[in-house]
Amino acid sequence: MAKLTFKTDYCKGCGLCVDVCPKDVLRLAPDKINKKGHHPVEAANPDQCIGCGSCAIMCPDSIIKVER
Amino acid sequence: MIVYDKPHALLDVPLHYCPGCTHGIVHKLVAEVIDELGIEGETIGIAPVGCSVMAYDYFACDMIEAAHGRAPAVATGVKRGDPSKIVFTYQGDGDLASIGMAETVHAAARNENITVIFINNAIYGMTGGQMAPTSLVGQVTQTSPYGRDPKLCGYPIKVCELLSELEGPEYLERVTVNSIPHIRAAKKAIKKAFQNQIAGKGFSLIEVVSSCPTNWGMTPQNALKWIEEKMLPYYPLGVYKDRSANEEGKKE
Repeated sequence: MAKLTFKTDYCKGCGLCVDVCPKDVLRLAPDKINKKGHHPVEAANPDQCIGCGSCAIMCPDSIIKVER
Repeated sequence: MIVYDKPHALLDVPLHYCPGCTHGIVHKLVAEVIDELGIEGETIGIAPVGCSVMAYDYFACDMIEAAHGRAPAVATGVKRGDPSKIVFTYQGDGDLASIGMAETVHAAARNENITVIFINNAIYGMTGGQMAPTSLVGQVTQTSPYGRDPKLCGYPIKVCELLSELEGPEYLERVTVNSIPHIRAAKKAIKKAFQNQIAGKGFSLIEVVSSCPTNWGMTPQNALKWIEEKMLPYYPLGVYKDRSANEEGKKE
């Protein structure tokens, strides 16, 4: 199973990773705010992740690590 | 198995760019290429003036900050001083296509053995969204509130097309980073630009059509769509010059 790790405090909540995910795994956490004051990304359905790495390739701030 | 992690050549610090700014993606691609070619210790980057001015804080290789627009001139000096180093400049459109146009054209004409990464986001980002030489006709900016009028301001400069008329440059390609396939193609182009330098072939420039969500006044998602709909028809992607490939073709 694929594993996603986020450097949550570096996230700026742009949501580009959410859009490119083919399996709708990610979302911007509606109930969390990080140190920068943004709603950070989180894995809403981690079981659906296929480890394609698209989110990590797209993330402008390189906060996502994908393992498979 | 790690599918993706932050490249080693990019330091573990938060970037100052706005949310959704594609500068971060291009930084990552350059760092990935430096990692893959194993040249972090030999690479010297030249940072510009503009949004990416603080690139020197983000890359793990040695960096020099040049005066506004003068990155290709500084790169020329560094490369000629020590040809064993890999020298790249990272410049925006205000830096490369406006105040630094002379340095860019002459470095290309001399076929200096350097790599230029050119970020074209059609606006001056750091100073607050003024019209750039690359702003599109009709584009609303701080200094063109009714849209860019070609009668008053002329037409946007197409840097790759302009330089492709010169004998000098080795490699010119325009790429974008608004989707995963385009990002992969952009990385390939940037890698080729570095490999050309290692092989001593000469001046390579990669123009990356980028977004500026803040100053365009859009969400990051809409900014990527705007690249596809408005920027790419005026700035078509592709290879504008590949001298070595052309010469090999002629031999055959």
